[in-house]
Amino acid sequence: MGFDYTPIILSLKVAVVAVAIVVLTGIPLAGLMARRNFPGKDVLESVFTLPLVLPPSVVGFILLWLFGKNGPLGQFLAHYFHISVVFHLAGAVIAAAVVSFPLMYQSAKASIESVDRTLENAARTLGASELRIFFSVTLPLSWSGIVSGFILSFARSLGEFGATLMVAGNIPGRTQTMPIAIFMANESGDFRTGFILVLIMTIFSFLVVFWLNRWSKKQQRGLMPDEGIE
Amino acid sequence: MLKADFLVPLRHFDVEADIEVSNEILVLVGPSGSGKTTILRCLAGLKKPSRGTIRINNRIVYSGQDRINLPSRERKVGYVFQEYALFPHMTVKKNVMYGLSRETRKSKPHMVEEFLDMMGIHHLHDRYPRQISGGEKQRVALARALVTEPEIMLLDEPLSALDQEIRSELQQELKKIQRQWKIPFVLVTHDMNEAEILGDQIIKINQGKLTVLKQP
Repeated sequence: MGFDYTPIILSLKVAVVAVAIVVLTGIPLAGLMARRNFPGKDVLESVFTLPLVLPPSVVGFILLWLFGKNGPLGQFLAHYFHISVVFHLAGAVIAAAVVSFPLMYQSAKASIESVDRTLENAARTLGASELRIFFSVTLPLSWSGIVSGFILSFARSLGEFGATLMVAGNIPGRTQTMPIAIFMANESGDFRTGFILVLIMTIFSFLVVFWLNRWSKKQQRGLMPDEGIE
Repeated sequence: MLKADFLVPLRHFDVEADIEVSNEILVLVGPSGSGKTTILRCLAGLKKPSRGTIRINNRIVYSGQDRINLPSRERKVGYVFQEYALFPHMTVKKNVMYGLSRETRKSKPHMVEEFLDMMGIHHLHDRYPRQISGGEKQRVALARALVTEPEIMLLDEPLSALDQEIRSELQQELKKIQRQWKIPFVLVTHDMNEAEILGDQIIKINQGKLTVLKQP
């Protein structure tokens, strides 16, 4: 009996697109939230972090409501773009992006906040625009947090189960991602498939954590003030 | 020529600045927390006073009445920060080049090299800030600010992080640079001795209040 690789491919597809969304939204928002004050900031901050603490079923429920046939976003997408995300891979992407967003956002925000603001001020007096300052000073100096946020959100996207199952369903070959395939293999007693997928997920997750730890240690060493003095 | 007359409230007192500097060195001397750095930040556009005017040559860069508040990047102000604020992820050369526009980099490709030479730091061009000494950092910070051809220079305790020996050497150098550039320098220090060595004009500041000690 051949082994079905499609859940792995689908999971990778979902994770790549979800992380792209999360990077493009999470980093600019983190930059804004780290440097600006405005009324209602605390509320927004809590909303951004909410998916991290909510049970996946709650996230799934909310997304189903938002993107369902009668939901506000669902109607909007159906009317203007003639697409429906529920029970499609796009639904899995949205679910993955929502649950992994806080990891990117939090990590990026913490490291942007740790960048010395005097450096940004120095760039200002040297004639740099705010956009140039962000890309040439703030981002490079908060790189470590952004990379770890990137990796964590990728891993989280790859492993997303609960909300994905509710929004995208379990359609083999179309929306059945790795975690869902594992669940189904277990339910149906297909130990071999389950075992192989579990092995792949475990090894991958281990490598992510292992590499992240080593990398952050190396970063810390790199920041020691006496490094490289001759 | 720099002419500034403004008020900026701090937590425990107001800073009332009223200064006029032609092509000379004005030293603001006072204890820490007296409002010296606040004055520099206002002049540079990093902090907004609550009222008054700031004029650099013939440009009004801040006017409370006319609601003018030019952003830092348009003020043509060179700023040497207390701990130099060199970009740690860029080499000395990249630091000095940061303030140059793309056009200037193209039309004067040797400008940075000449500056590094002039400041005696050419041999450091590919080093990172963490790999050079305090005195060297100071020269890099000066070069980085001067290369943008500012109309005034602001220096926040530029020498206080340095050893006594290198300090007097750099004091003479600062004076020399100012005489070459012929633009107003506003230098902040807590050291009265340093103020006397460097200042053409000396103003004492305490709790935000200014007292003229030496007229130019």
